[in-house]
Amino acid sequence: MAATSVARGTGRRLSAASRLFGVRRPPLVLLGLGLVAGLAAALPALYLVVAVLGDARAALDAVLTQRTFGLIVRSAGLAAAVTGAAIAIAVPIAWLTVRSDLPGRRAWATLATLPLVIPSYIGAYLFVSTLGPKGLLQELLAPLGVDRLPSIYGFFGSWLVLTLFTYPLVLIPLRATLRRMDPALEEAARVMGRSPAEVFRSIVLPQLLPAIGAGAVLVALYALSDFGAVSLMRFDSFTRDIYIAYTSGFGRTEAAALGMVLVLIMLALFAVYGRVRGARALHRTSPGTQRPTAPVKLGRWRWPAIAFCGSVVGLALVLPVGVLLYWATKQVSTGMAISTLMKDAGHSLIAAAVAAGFAAIAAIVIALLAVRFPSPMTHVIERTGYAGYALPGIVIALALAFFTTRFALPLYQSFAILVFALAIHYLPLAVSPIGSSLVQVPPRLEEAARGLGRSPIAVLRTITTPLVASGVLGGAALVFLHALKELPATLMLAPIAFDTLATDVWHRTTEGAFEQSAIPALLLLLIAAPPLYLLNARGSVGS
Amino acid sequence: MIGRRATAPTVALATLAVVFTACGSSGGDELTMYSGRIAPILDPAIKIYEKSSGTDVKTRFGDSPSLAATITEEGKNSPADLFFAQDAGSLDAVEKQGLLLRLPADILAKVPKHYESKEGRWVGVTGRARIIAYGPTLKESDVPDSPLDLTEPKWRGRVGWAPTNASLQGYITALRLVEGEEVARTWLKGMVANKTQAFDSNIPVRDAIAKGEIDLGLINHYYVAEAQAKDKNYPVKVHFPPKDLGSMINTAGVGVLASSKHKKEAIAFVRTMLSKQAQEYFADSSKEYPLSAGVQPAKELTPIDRIPSPKIDLAKVGDLQGTLKLMRETGAL
Repeated sequence: MAATSVARGTGRRLSAASRLFGVRRPPLVLLGLGLVAGLAAALPALYLVVAVLGDARAALDAVLTQRTFGLIVRSAGLAAAVTGAAIAIAVPIAWLTVRSDLPGRRAWATLATLPLVIPSYIGAYLFVSTLGPKGLLQELLAPLGVDRLPSIYGFFGSWLVLTLFTYPLVLIPLRATLRRMDPALEEAARVMGRSPAEVFRSIVLPQLLPAIGAGAVLVALYALSDFGAVSLMRFDSFTRDIYIAYTSGFGRTEAAALGMVLVLIMLALFAVYGRVRGARALHRTSPGTQRPTAPVKLGRWRWPAIAFCGSVVGLALVLPVGVLLYWATKQVSTGMAISTLMKDAGHSLIAAAVAAGFAAIAAIVIALLAVRFPSPMTHVIERTGYAGYALPGIVIALALAFFTTRFALPLYQSFAILVFALAIHYLPLAVSPIGSSLVQVPPRLEEAARGLGRSPIAVLRTITTPLVASGVLGGAALVFLHALKELPATLMLAPIAFDTLATDVWHRTTEGAFEQSAIPALLLLLIAAPPLYLLNARGSVGS
Repeated sequence: MIGRRATAPTVALATLAVVFTACGSSGGDELTMYSGRIAPILDPAIKIYEKSSGTDVKTRFGDSPSLAATITEEGKNSPADLFFAQDAGSLDAVEKQGLLLRLPADILAKVPKHYESKEGRWVGVTGRARIIAYGPTLKESDVPDSPLDLTEPKWRGRVGWAPTNASLQGYITALRLVEGEEVARTWLKGMVANKTQAFDSNIPVRDAIAKGEIDLGLINHYYVAEAQAKDKNYPVKVHFPPKDLGSMINTAGVGVLASSKHKKEAIAFVRTMLSKQAQEYFADSSKEYPLSAGVQPAKELTPIDRIPSPKIDLAKVGDLQGTLKLMRETGAL
């Protein structure tokens, strides 16, 4: 996610260069493809606007209610609480694993990043089944006379689950910034007699704020658009209410109107994200002077530090995975329909793979236009490519369900529309890495090939594509990973009898069949492992 | 670089995907059904039809009212051949849109008039009673005789229901019809204010009572009966509340879409659902009240004529849309 501004910034520089050497026009084919990709990405947002305006009175009636106000307060409150807690967890872990002599700090860093791969609905299901009033923990404590645990449902459970599975979004950029930071300033401050705590507060923290801010906005966006965890925790947030309004049948204008309000909130946050990220460059010190920092000796604080990292990793990783394995082994002994499982896994794989393929192709087109042929038009195309960021999955699904039932019925609840939704939803994840790898390809090489008589398509195929292959693969892997675990769009758009591992887990969990949810959930995590490994090799997990 | 290393896993994934999907697909003519009944209960009945006819049935599962709205939206282009709903109200809503086919007389003759559409466009397959399920901490005499009493302070946070489920919505529609809009509105508001726990469907309500998470639940009789059949000491029991339609009997039924391109097969499916074999399955395994072929309900069930159910014209309990609106307004949904 973090590389977007790289592409855009370089685009601007290139644009200055092209003014010197004369404006380069994109080949018509490329521009045409770009327009198609941009339009496709903008379709859900556009149609949502059309649908709401088309029935503006009903939409306003639906939105201007006390209920909507309550939704805004609850969703915003949850997002704020999750963000605050995520920062409170990520900052100490980042500092400990980068700057201190914490034993095993590399391992802690990896372990503390991993919870990001657990989909929120799987996390929520495991927490409900473990910490619910009569969950596994209560069963364990029953001999001690614990009759029931306090309810985990509602705000508390949603907050807990979303915090534990999103804090890596702050941790990752924070660690990167900490590693890049020039230690000279801090050393100077310490020499001048400041205590380590004062140095952290007055020197380190201000430099970290942009990274924390950027990560925090991502966490807030995640919390606002999450559907799985809040639904399983029965917390009345925007996404859950949109889903209920939609599925309860006859209030579909209401669902669209609510979706619109949510999108506006997300857009506002997104604008904040742009500002925070833009601000980062001001704070970064020149890398030229940098040398390794001597780790801070923890001394007897080592034990509380280990205890802190241990309890975070224990709650966010060991507990969920442990419980999942426990349920799964219990389930294996009772037997499970392998054929259903294989079929669902196949559906998950094929939908995610095809979506990743399409997203990668669209992203190549968009990135090429933005990086190589900067103009107001290609700039607009690039920006629409990022529309999927600001739209929660459930809103994309809603808009496409409306659109297809009214204008493209054969596509309604078809494999094509499902893949389309997944591809445009996660398109930004592919545009970023592809854009930044494209920046590294010398345009002269392409020009030489054109000069020697190759067609633009041939140049794209034989020169550009091989050179950006690593970026393309990285982008496609990210899309694949996210499409694999996507829930609400798959629930609403998948063809009849097209269950994926994600919807399988969902259906079983909402029926209260915790044991039976474990094997599909585990399989989902296993399938996610190869692309994750790939991304890890590129060093861009979760970014 | 990375490119070469990544090729192998990518190719492997793609191959796997193709293999998996090939295993799963099946060709040929098949029926498409929208089902408001959950897969574990309906699948065995579907198998009976598939075995006897050789025709496959592809099923989309969901909440009955949601599927009714979907069919309404799809209109004549609906891919569905059949609609199997959990309640009369959802079927009625689709029938009112003129989207259901009139069924042959021999099918209509199999089911008591009370359990089918006046125009003969859908038939009930089984009967099901609303009940209050209660947990081991209570005696039957503690359990209220009317669902309306569950708004009392002593039940605060102790009751579970499934507001997105058609059976509860059917009950609310009947309540509006018989006791009036205001009674229903007051009750819903009271239930929400009394911290009634909302579950996604009936089975989790039952399971939460069994675990002791809650003490009472508004569900259908057979969810408990089915669990009791598997476990003699099952901790959840059934109370038939005699007042305020508390034990109302509704029907799960099926209709054929007028737009179906497989009308003959779809009608054959309906006939199979009313056959002795399917009715015995519903009676013995899912513990519902059979409506056809002279099949008797499971012995341990309270006989249907001893349930204090009010005489309601099920065909009139069709204002689902009004019920959903009321539930949204009161915060129950």
